[in-house]
Amino acid sequence: MSKVYRSAVIDAPAAEVWRVVRDFNALPAWTPFVADSRIEQNQPSDKIGCVRNFRLKDGGQIRERLLALSDYDMSCTYSILESPMGVENYVAILSLTPVTDGNRTFAEWQAEFDAPAGREEALTHEIGTGVFEAGLVALKGRFRR
Amino acid sequence: MVSIVESAVIDAPVDEVWRVLRDFNGHLAWHPAIATSRIEDGLPGDAVGAVRCFTLKQGGMLREQLLVLDDRRHELTYCLLEGPLPLFDYVATVRLRPVTDGNATFWQWRSTFRPPLERKDEMVGLVRDGIYRAGFRGLADHLGVRARPALSQGPMMQPSPVSKPATALSSPSVRPLLATSTREAEAIVVERHGGPEVLVAKTIAVPDPGPGEVLLRHTAIGVNFIDVYCRTGYFDLLKPPGIPGMEAAGRIEAVGSGVTALRPGERVGYACPPVGAYATMRVMQPDLVVRLPDTIDDETAAAGLLKGMAASFLLHDVHRVEPGEVVVVHAAAGGVGSLLTQWASALGARVVATVSTDAKAAIPREGGAEVVVVRRREDFVAVVRDLTGGRGASVVFDAIGRDSFHQSIDALAQRGHLVSYGQASGPVGSWDIGAFASKSLRISRPNYGHYTGTPDDLAVQSSRFFSALEKGLVRMATPTRFRLSQAAEAHASLEAGVTTGSLILVP
Repeated sequence: MSKVYRSAVIDAPAAEVWRVVRDFNALPAWTPFVADSRIEQNQPSDKIGCVRNFRLKDGGQIRERLLALSDYDMSCTYSILESPMGVENYVAILSLTPVTDGNRTFAEWQAEFDAPAGREEALTHEIGTGVFEAGLVALKGRFRR
Repeated sequence: MVSIVESAVIDAPVDEVWRVLRDFNGHLAWHPAIATSRIEDGLPGDAVGAVRCFTLKQGGMLREQLLVLDDRRHELTYCLLEGPLPLFDYVATVRLRPVTDGNATFWQWRSTFRPPLERKDEMVGLVRDGIYRAGFRGLADHLGVRARPALSQGPMMQPSPVSKPATALSSPSVRPLLATSTREAEAIVVERHGGPEVLVAKTIAVPDPGPGEVLLRHTAIGVNFIDVYCRTGYFDLLKPPGIPGMEAAGRIEAVGSGVTALRPGERVGYACPPVGAYATMRVMQPDLVVRLPDTIDDETAAAGLLKGMAASFLLHDVHRVEPGEVVVVHAAAGGVGSLLTQWASALGARVVATVSTDAKAAIPREGGAEVVVVRRREDFVAVVRDLTGGRGASVVFDAIGRDSFHQSIDALAQRGHLVSYGQASGPVGSWDIGAFASKSLRISRPNYGHYTGTPDDLAVQSSRFFSALEKGLVRMATPTRFRLSQAAEAHASLEAGVTTGSLILVP
């Protein structure tokens, strides 16, 4: 089992950041690496169990299922159904916590997964840096004040 | 139940922040509100179950217990066991998370507790600003890093004052007071239980002394905290309408039939129930009064008899203080406390005196105390340990009660003696006496009436006190004088804690 964890402080109130990231279909709007996205079977993007089907800018296609969405904790849990990375049992959580000092947001993005033998390090780096870190940096930039 | 969640980002790696925070006794080094801190029972600062006993710079002692310590999650949870503020069921959690972007630390500090409704905002503000926000800034300073943005300075802990100790008295029946007769006296009458305003000046009729009774004309009347308790109804010694007061000096005005021990004109004093001293004259049992020696003036007797006799039996009968003994006296600026300090010092004891505030420290210092400890910012247990090479004190005189009882036991040496003679801060609660076996402790809970209740006891205690005054072993500060008609003012002053030394009423 591999684990990835990235976190950052975003200079905006948590409720504002949450409004952006809670939409399970909004990856193209706030991440730099997603070209387009749709929710399969025309379901609402906050329906638990819905599947987002999105295409990366580098051409890869990924399907992910929404497992949990908490407007109370400001967190979103999802799993990968299909991806070009070849990971198994991939579950990720994106969560926001208010930083009361300065009315900012502490954003965490973490995942656990099984990687094919010999690919652990490369995938951990790819997901940690190429996905989570890139996404958090984009959020930071979006809310810079 | 209120819930507080505060969080900040500290510009330091999570391991570095956690290394500081995980030491349950480490807050002394980084939290700006902490004056002293130690872990009880010699436990390490990362032992789950450890209790930290600490004092605040602004006064107040608290005890908190570590409930959870988790090095993997960087979390610790603790609860408040005792403290000067009404933070009931206070449980707090400190949680750290790494901020991988910039190698910083997200720190969340949260708690739940039940404050009294009317003090909710005050308590929430105090915990949020005085503890958590101040702590964020303090730790960042300690590590030499930033906690952005600059946090506003909040109010620190403001503990409520500890009221003055009251010596316990037995409670005999109250005699009928407003009887019809020939003499008239000026008196202060409690018309109903309540504040100082219920003390009303009245002219009353005083009966002739009956068989076996004497009639006294007062020259000075002592004002004690127990009078306040009688006025408010907290003690059941006065049923309104009635005349309060249990300590006075004066002259025998007349004696009833069968009284041979006392004659009219003799100077006497008393300090005991029944109530009725706040009057120019009263009827009294002759075996409750003592003759005053020429060396003791009326005002000193009225101001000091009760406290002096209490100090006398506490230091000679309840515990026989020996030269060289280390003696702790709490509330050492108070009435009995200041006499205990002087007298024990004069007997050769090494007195560790505790007071609530710096302003009161001069009184026990002048009284001969070897060390004076300001309880709100210093830990007297540590002071006692230092002074005794870790052995502890041989006796603690404690009239504070609930707020000090545990520490008093902590401060005792093996075979030490805790003399609990009052409970100004509240009852000490139930204790398993089996625990006292760990140091072979002795506990005394003396009652004033049982040491001064018979004419023989009265003679022993009063003459010992008078002799101590004559020899200069103890000195009474000049009492603050009020006219008898100003009794309400005297009570208000006493309750406000603005007076030091004794208060007397002068007819």
